[in-house]
Amino acid sequence: MITTQPVFALPLLLPALPEILLACGALVMVLIGAIRREKAQTLVETMAIILMLGAMVLVLMQGDQSVKTFENSFVSDGFSRFMKVLTLTGSLIAILLSMDFMKRRGIALFEYPILITLATLGMMMMISANDLMALYIGLELQSLALYVVASIHRDNAKSSEAGLKYFVLGALSSGMLLYGASLIYGFTGNVNFDSIALVLKGKAQTGAVFGLVFVAAGLAFKVSAVPFHMWTPDVYEGSPTPVTAFFAGAPKMAAMAMFVRVMIEAFPGITLQWQQIVAFLAIASMVLGAFAAIGQSNLKRLMAYSSIGNMGYALTALASGTLNGVQGVAVFMATYLMMTAGVFACILALRRSNDGHAETIGDLAGLSKSRPGIAFILAMLMFSLIGIPPLAGFFGKFYAFAAAIEAKLYVLAVIGIVASVVSAFYYLRIVKVMYFDEQSETYEEGALEVRAVIWLTAGFVILFGLFAGPIVAAAGVAAKSLF
Amino acid sequence: MFGLGILSGLIILPLVGALIIAFLLKDDEAGVRNTRWVALWTTLAVLILSLIAWNNFDTAKAGFQLIERKEWLGNSIVYQLGVDGVSMPFVLLTAFLMPFCIVASWESINKRVREYMIAFLVLETMMIGVFVALDLVLFYVFFEAGLIPMFLIIGIWGGARRIYASFKLFLYTLLGSVLMLLAIMFMFWDVGTTDIVKLLAHKFDAGAQKWLWLAFFASFAVKMPMWPVHTWLPDAHVEAPTAGSVILAGILLKMGGYGFIRFSLPMFPEASQYFAPLVFALSVVAIIYTSLVAMMQDDIKKLIAYSSVAHMGFVTMGIFAGNAQGVQGAVFQMISHGLVSGALFLCVGIVYDRMHTREISAYGGLVNRMPWYALIFMVFTMANVGLPGTSGFVGEFLTLLGAFKANTWVAFLATTGVILSACYALWLFARVVFGEVTNPVYDTIPDLDRREMAMLAPLVILVIYYGVHPGPILDACAASVDQILKTYNAAASAVAKTAMLAK
Repeated sequence: MITTQPVFALPLLLPALPEILLACGALVMVLIGAIRREKAQTLVETMAIILMLGAMVLVLMQGDQSVKTFENSFVSDGFSRFMKVLTLTGSLIAILLSMDFMKRRGIALFEYPILITLATLGMMMMISANDLMALYIGLELQSLALYVVASIHRDNAKSSEAGLKYFVLGALSSGMLLYGASLIYGFTGNVNFDSIALVLKGKAQTGAVFGLVFVAAGLAFKVSAVPFHMWTPDVYEGSPTPVTAFFAGAPKMAAMAMFVRVMIEAFPGITLQWQQIVAFLAIASMVLGAFAAIGQSNLKRLMAYSSIGNMGYALTALASGTLNGVQGVAVFMATYLMMTAGVFACILALRRSNDGHAETIGDLAGLSKSRPGIAFILAMLMFSLIGIPPLAGFFGKFYAFAAAIEAKLYVLAVIGIVASVVSAFYYLRIVKVMYFDEQSETYEEGALEVRAVIWLTAGFVILFGLFAGPIVAAAGVAAKSLF
Repeated sequence: MFGLGILSGLIILPLVGALIIAFLLKDDEAGVRNTRWVALWTTLAVLILSLIAWNNFDTAKAGFQLIERKEWLGNSIVYQLGVDGVSMPFVLLTAFLMPFCIVASWESINKRVREYMIAFLVLETMMIGVFVALDLVLFYVFFEAGLIPMFLIIGIWGGARRIYASFKLFLYTLLGSVLMLLAIMFMFWDVGTTDIVKLLAHKFDAGAQKWLWLAFFASFAVKMPMWPVHTWLPDAHVEAPTAGSVILAGILLKMGGYGFIRFSLPMFPEASQYFAPLVFALSVVAIIYTSLVAMMQDDIKKLIAYSSVAHMGFVTMGIFAGNAQGVQGAVFQMISHGLVSGALFLCVGIVYDRMHTREISAYGGLVNRMPWYALIFMVFTMANVGLPGTSGFVGEFLTLLGAFKANTWVAFLATTGVILSACYALWLFARVVFGEVTNPVYDTIPDLDRREMAMLAPLVILVIYYGVHPGPILDACAASVDQILKTYNAAASAVAKTAMLAK
């Protein structure tokens, strides 16, 4: 039977519905912003929140099946759904955290929620990308939005510097990724992940491996893995704190998801080759994250090194290259997202009366007396980041390292677990300052939405052990869709 | 109740108490008073519940009893609880010691009482959880989670160098435990489950056993603590508040010994055999060396801390002797040490509350002012030395007996520790209690009040009761120990057979 190909056929749009919603919503928000100017702020913020929630509902409503559309360049499967929910949660929290802060700083621009929405759209495309082109488009959409939000506080030298630094280094990494992508295309003749995997099945072409190294470097930059982490501390410190909270959360979800998909979907035939790269990145990140943070006194810089270290743990799971490894990444990222969001929410809740908030570790002195609730939650978040059970961080690390053990990467696991003991030192220092030292400062009560985020993340982190089963199972389903 | 059994109740009950204190009570005077009572009643309720569990427990059976099982992380990592003859005594010990800790803190803790009681109740949950968990991951969760309250107890309510001590405690134990965690993961992939009952039935490959044994050893040796990783203990003891010391010496140290008996011996029998000489050597060093170190201390708590390390040396020696006397003796020694060292720290706390110093040289002639105190302190000192008629004797005697069977030289060397313990303990007693009253401050010092009497009397009774009638504890653990040793000896004879064939 002869089937006639229509000249123009609309691709399957349903799998991309959440993305379409965000894209259209962002455009409407721009319109509203342009018309109502300064008065648009609250409306646009609310819209952004509703959009995120709507997109999340749409993502959750997509069935269990794996669908490819747009000439196989866009995939919606269990893995993408899991990571998209995390990304949307991260963006949602970022907007909630920013509302009060931006108003007080006098930088409440209606562009901010729009940029966050567009960045989130880029992230969702990264997560669903099934070929190198789609991946790059998603990545750039995300990055360009992020460069701008880093310097959203225009009058602040540090914020501008952070934006510029991020842009220059980010452009460099994008260039590397693009170069690697072109090498891979050149040697395999394909941009689609499935086709690349078919070509590279069982034989590691030198050229393609060369390209893989460059792609991995570009991806490592986005997840801020050592040695491509240099931008992280400066950007974290310089950006306005809610923006930092955003950087630490959603983009990491998307970048890690992309990392996983590229490695697992496009290069399953040459696992041995990329395993070495990922294992190296993991070790370097964990060790640097553990040791470099010890000397930090600024909370945001400390969290920067903490996130570098945490990406190392996620990469440890990825290095195994197995189904359980992907599951480990998914569980770990979920716990990581909530922990960092919680920490930044706590920092933001410690408002000073004359604009600003707790900046250094010393500012937290004696917090357990003046603000016992926040001190307790922050302490639990720190213990969770160390990986002490029964808090969420333990389960994340458990599944990450268990995957490495399964793949017989014992050295990697031992180095990682020792690094996590070293990192315990600086997390404990925060607990020590809050609980063992004398009080130095008093803070205002945090804004309502910030407190809501604190309670949400605290509930998640402290009670994780009770509902860990379903989340782990969901991560397992997500991982299965890649194999 | 609610589909949960007694053991879950033991775990949940202290948490309920902690939640009541956290959310229903305020920081004012009445709230603080109520906090103390809520904490005391909660721990007493746990004690009663543990006695009910004991009543439902059949000592004749070797296997696990009162088992509860629920899905947790999929069906391979489960929420499973149960007790056998080895763990039951420890559950009772924990439940028994907790009310004393609350009473001991009644007057000496005045700042942040609510947080203090919450920390202790959470700690009780974790400690009981360690002994009743029948899933390795669940065990690890409880084992490790106890660090959080302990860190805070030492760090907030501790002495001058509390920060150093709390960090040292935390980082030392964490480093040991994470290695065990990696071993747990390996076992998870090897067997496909972390259900302890199934793991006990599984035979691990001989090569893997050695690595697994070492990983578990890293964790338990630090927790015990064994020489040379014991240095965190004296620091932690000196800085901890009295009740913290009681719990540390009474329960937390026992987790290491419990772990050896529960996991190392039956799961890695060949490796245990292989490494037994190492453990013997470390135990003997611990017994002799730390006894000598104890003699030279001028801080009372530090002295008792070092003596704990020495006594734990007897425990490890007994466990790895690998015979019924040794292992039962180890269990008995741990229970007895839990009572005796707990009581000794309570005694130190009583004089510390009056004098605010722990320097031995600051004391002297206490017998003239505090005769009752002197008498009770003497009973516990004698128990610490291992005088026949006190519980300390039974444990030491049995572990030495077991060691003698396994290796005469080890027993010989360890016996010198008994003499050394007499030296440091009696010398301490002489310096603190006897002699002239040198310090005029003593003129007004009161003897034990009713609260302190009520606190110490049950301990005196138990120490002497178990000294003359050790049956209850030994009978309780006999069947389970026999079963553990059966697997251990089966592996041993298999190794011997292959060695014969090789010849």
